[in-house]
Amino acid sequence: MTLNRETHLISVSDDVVRIRQIARAWCVELKFSLVDQTKFVTAASELARNTLEHGGGGRMSAEIVENGARRGLKLVFQDNGPGISDLELALKDGYTTGGGMGLGLSGSKRLVNEFDIKSEPGQGTTVTIVRWK
Amino acid sequence: MDRIPILKFGDCLLVTIQVDMHDELAMSLQEDLTAQIAKYASRGVLIDISSLEIVDSFIGRMLANIAAMSRVLDAQTVLTGMQPAVAITLVELGMSLPGIKTALNIERGMELLKEYVKQEVDAEDVDDTES
Repeated sequence: MTLNRETHLISVSDDVVRIRQIARAWCVELKFSLVDQTKFVTAASELARNTLEHGGGGRMSAEIVENGARRGLKLVFQDNGPGISDLELALKDGYTTGGGMGLGLSGSKRLVNEFDIKSEPGQGTTVTIVRWK
Repeated sequence: MDRIPILKFGDCLLVTIQVDMHDELAMSLQEDLTAQIAKYASRGVLIDISSLEIVDSFIGRMLANIAAMSRVLDAQTVLTGMQPAVAITLVELGMSLPGIKTALNIERGMELLKEYVKQEVDAEDVDDTES
C-alpha cells in the first residue's frame, strides 16, 4: 500500500546532496535506527551519483511501503542513459567504468534489504532499493 | 563558489568538514589542501569529519587520495571524529580506507601528528650526525 510518494530530479552535483537529505528525512520519519539511516542514506548517495554520472541524470522517487505490519522505505532511481550491458559484471566489487572504486552498485546492495536493478543497453537503468523497519 | 576553510596551525593544517559536501566541493578541497601543504611546507594534515553524517565511496576515495597526496608531499594525514554509524557503513560498503591514520577526536589526532613530526625531526638529526 502506498501511503505517500514524491519524485525528485537528479541533474546536477548538488542534487546528490539533496537526495541524501531527502532520504534522511524519510528515514527519520520512519524512525529507522541511526545505523540503518546511515546505511540507507549512503546507498541512496551512491545510486544518485550513478544516475547522474552514468545515466546522464534522471530522477528518484520515494515512497513508504507496507508489508503486513512492517513499514519500509522504497527508493527508485531511474535514468534514460546508455544502460548496462552486463549486469553481473556491473555488480562485481571493484568493477568500474568511471573513475570510482567500483563499489557504488555492489556496495549499496549490501547496505539495503532489497535491491533490484533493471537495465537494457540504450534503454536506461532503474534501481529499486527497500529498507524495512 | 563555496570552499571548505583550511586553517594553518604551526606546521600542521586543520580542516573541519561541517557541510554535506557535494562532489565538486570535495574535489576543490583536494586541490586547496595540496596547494597549502606545498605553500606552508606543512608536515601534518588533520581532517575532522565529526559533522559528516555519511561517507560514501566518493568521499571515502577523496579522503584516501588526500592522504596519499599529502604523503607524497611529505606530510601525514590524520582523520578524526568519524561517527560509529559511518564507520559501520563504510566497512559494509567495502571501503576500509587503508593507509589512512585515524584518531577518535581532534586532541588525539593532534597528538598523533605531533609525534609523527617529532619522529621525523629526530630521524633527520640522526642522519646529520652520522654523515
